[in-house]
Amino acid sequence: MDVFLTVPMIPDMELAVSKTADALSDYTTLTPDQIDEIKQALIEACINSMEHSKSADRRIFMHFAVFDERIQVQVSDHGVGFDVSRVETPRIEDKIGRKTRKRGWGLKLISHYMDEVSIQSGTTGTSITMTKRFKVRGKDSNHD
Amino acid sequence: MTDFHVDVIKSADYAVLRSHGYINNLGGEKIAEECYRMMDQSINRFIVNLDGSKVVNSIGISILIEIIEKVMEKQGRLAFSNLTPTIAKTFRIMGLLQYAELFEDESAAARIFQTG
Repeated sequence: MDVFLTVPMIPDMELAVSKTADALSDYTTLTPDQIDEIKQALIEACINSMEHSKSADRRIFMHFAVFDERIQVQVSDHGVGFDVSRVETPRIEDKIGRKTRKRGWGLKLISHYMDEVSIQSGTTGTSITMTKRFKVRGKDSNHD
Repeated sequence: MTDFHVDVIKSADYAVLRSHGYINNLGGEKIAEECYRMMDQSINRFIVNLDGSKVVNSIGISILIEIIEKVMEKQGRLAFSNLTPTIAKTFRIMGLLQYAELFEDESAAARIFQTG
């Protein structure tokens, strides 16, 4: 099953996006906590696009794909892109008690919450593909 | 825009902040504003009850880190309570719980604050 969604980059639109994950979860065996984790990852991916993409069309494009054992979400923008290799992993020890910006946690959270994450970024935009696996329905059943 | 508000309950030497709504930049700033207002009244110990906040984002949490930093500067104490499992996990991933306490619910936090 595929769902395509395009949303404008306006405040709180990430919440509307996260509701799509809720709706699709009915077609999976994802647990409520796993669904919350996908929603959190989606929120972070959306606000990264809103905050950093400098996209001229101010839109985020999403493709949700539900398979038998995984859900895959691609979040894309038509922004200026970034150098993925230069993204530093944030540590609270480097942020607290120092006059440094406290932000920059989005990709770290996405990586924790999703089973697979890949990022393609260039001068025409960024696309982050996130996958969460779940138990195949009925696979562990002892019934014949 | 989502509605967000914070109820503040002031005790003798600590304050309870009960947030309601999405903790994004605006929600985080509202919590910070209330904490700093309390700090101006020499209250440096806080219980932040997130029972009414089921969704957060990392920008909002970054503002909570700033609050923790200010509380530490004042040698105060900050505890969170009533977190959803995912928000608790998010706080652990980001390392907030190295600097702030976590309680199952507000009354458990209050019991500890009242004795110390």
